[in-house]
Amino acid sequence: MCQNCNLDEKEKKLQEVLNKHKDTKGALIPVLHEAQEIYGYLPLSVQEIVANALGLPLSEVYGVVTFYTQFSLYPKGQYKIQVCLGTACYVKGSSSILDELKKQLGIEVGQCTKDGKFSLDACRCVGACGLAPVMMINEDVYGTLVASDVANILKKY
Amino acid sequence: MNLLNVTIDGIKIQVPEGTTVLDAARLANVDIPTLCYLKDVNEIGACRMCLVDVGAKALQTACVYPCSEGLNVVTNSPKIRDIRKATLELILSNHDRRCLTCIRNQNCELQALADKLNVREISYDGVPKGLPLDNISKSIVRDNNKCILCRRCIAACNKIQTVGAINVMERGYETIVSTADHRSIADVNCVNCGQCINVCPVGALYEKDNTQVVWDAIKDPDKYVIIQTAPSVRAGIGEEFGYPIGTPVTGKMVGAIKKLGFDKVFDTDTAADLTIMEEGTEFINRLNNNGKLPLITSCSPGWIKFCEHEFPDFIDNLSSCKSPQQMFGALIKSYYAEKNNIDPSKIFVVSVMPCTAKKFESDRDEMEKDVDISITSRELARMIREAGIDFRSVEDAQFDNPLGEATGAGVIFGATGGVMEAALRTVYYILEGKRINELDVKPIRGTQGIKEATIKITGIDVNVCAVSGLGNARKVLNMIKSGEKNYHFIEIMACPGGCVNGGGQPIVPAKIRNRIDVRAERAKALYSEDMRATYRNSDENEFVQKFYKEYAEKPGSHKAHELLHTHYVKRDRYIATK
Ligand code: SF4
Ligand code: SF4
Ligand code: SF4
Ligand code: FES
Repeated sequence: MCQNCNLDEKEKKLQEVLNKHKDTKGALIPVLHEAQEIYGYLPLSVQEIVANALGLPLSEVYGVVTFYTQFSLYPKGQYKIQVCLGTACYVKGSSSILDELKKQLGIEVGQCTKDGKFSLDACRCVGACGLAPVMMINEDVYGTLVASDVANILKKY
Repeated sequence: MNLLNVTIDGIKIQVPEGTTVLDAARLANVDIPTLCYLKDVNEIGACRMCLVDVGAKALQTACVYPCSEGLNVVTNSPKIRDIRKATLELILSNHDRRCLTCIRNQNCELQALADKLNVREISYDGVPKGLPLDNISKSIVRDNNKCILCRRCIAACNKIQTVGAINVMERGYETIVSTADHRSIADVNCVNCGQCINVCPVGALYEKDNTQVVWDAIKDPDKYVIIQTAPSVRAGIGEEFGYPIGTPVTGKMVGAIKKLGFDKVFDTDTAADLTIMEEGTEFINRLNNNGKLPLITSCSPGWIKFCEHEFPDFIDNLSSCKSPQQMFGALIKSYYAEKNNIDPSKIFVVSVMPCTAKKFESDRDEMEKDVDISITSRELARMIREAGIDFRSVEDAQFDNPLGEATGAGVIFGATGGVMEAALRTVYYILEGKRINELDVKPIRGTQGIKEATIKITGIDVNVCAVSGLGNARKVLNMIKSGEKNYHFIEIMACPGGCVNGGGQPIVPAKIRNRIDVRAERAKALYSEDMRATYRNSDENEFVQKFYKEYAEKPGSHKAHELLHTHYVKRDRYIATK
């Protein structure tokens, strides 16, 4: 995300992206990628600008944004929590870790806490199956978790 | 064209190149079950209900698999039956299966298929979706718990109408047909055309049912309840009672309505004649005084809302005339009330329309409750059934006077090109002093989406165009914008084929839609009534003539404007309420 620019500058950048792609077919996904790089996420207002410029229904854009996991409707937090839902972690109960995180943070998967501190995502196998169930907070990996660990881990941040 | 030899379940037939296995099977009288497929609308091979053995490694979906020379197809074997049944059971496993109270009970493609495939128990235990009902819109109700994700509605809304109010959202188990930001359909750019309802195989989409409101009004001794029926209703409602598609049932329909307890049963067509007088006058004025052209008709509320969202630059091109439904209500609550000494505040006007958007229209602020409630052809049929009336044995009856006697011009309003033809009959007469040669307007008849004609009136070549389906409307408006086309007068109907194919008409199952052109059949019913009519020109309508003489002076007068004209609003392209 571009931390240094203000909203107007972001919109200007988005306009440049849109001008570049306007007349290319199938431009939606690349444009959304670039838009997400500019804004950090894809709020409805940004999707509207994209839809308008590409002459697409907003529902189609929203459909694409909610289909691909790499797009986010919400800003990412200072600390990005990712819970592995790969097979090994899932079997070992990672969904209960996820539920505990939702409860503790009061947000759903894909969302970010109001203070911008934590965002919560589910992810695929992170290659640490031996430690299942696993979650990551930014670069830190936590393994062999049980739901009651969650509160203490969050306190560290 | 090259013919291919194919064998379907041992039956040898020849089919033209490009024929799908499904169509070939139909030619061989072999029935292959389908669910997502709908001819010309949805051909995406998604549901896998139509799997057949074409001798390839895997079973193929017949609805999209093209025939090739010598192809040998097996459509039904124990293995195929097992797979189809399992697929259907999976679809049913998390389906809200309360058929008894479902709007599509006994008219549901999923229910029919479950019966046909002899599904008697469901081996999978699906978690019910538990999704909220979206019933905020005045026109459209969405129940995603019944949705089987066939995507026909998405094709109707995006491909045919190019509105794009709905699409598939999310992924995996969460996959859902929804709007941008999962808003209510009332809060987005949906134009209420109901074309999505007509293609939905199940009870996931339906009209906002107002039948109880009508029953309550009838029950109220203080209310003087007047019902009006639009032209297309008589051309469609017979289907609800087992008549072949395209059977005009005007007499029986009126007879049945009279048994329901309304104070008066009138014909909207008289108001259609009035619309022609006003709109024709508006056209002549714009033509003679360098007014904004092309003039575009305003009878179709789905088209109006589409214009407000997508083409606000064309709002000034819209005729300021209210639609016949609204003119009818305005007329009843003023002139008619006064003449008959009825307190207008006691009058309750019900309209029966082939249309879901008319519900939204009658509720618009600009319309001041000319019409109190609007129901669709389907709802009227429901009321007739509920009242225990045996439609087929009802004796033919006639509309009440004075608003029962309409002209053939008013009747053909229901078919695409009909409004234009009716307007030209009268405009030509006013300007030329003689009747138009019908051969000149023939090109604007028929079910094609875009039709043109040029008619010489007072030395001017008047270019007219009749458009149906919003995708076609978008095309035509873009051609006008780019300067490629130039018209004086355009008729636009939101629904492909016009009102006869409106979103409130009886639902025709895919099996039949795949075979016949419903629009053409229903339109025939209207044109036959036009041919039989005593008067065929709106200017000959006696009631309309009297209305001007006794009340509104002349078409386009101040009084006429006050009562019969309206205005429009610019709307956001995507979101109705921010
Ligand atoms: S949609 Fe069809 S199968 Fe489902 S409950 Fe309604 S009638 Fe029954
Ligand atoms: S009513 Fe018309 S515009 Fe609205 S969702 Fe259905 S097809 Fe689309
Ligand atoms: S709402 Fe109806 S038409 Fe649309 S996807 Fe669901 S079942 Fe199919
Ligand atoms: S896949 Fe052929 S009907 Fe659905």
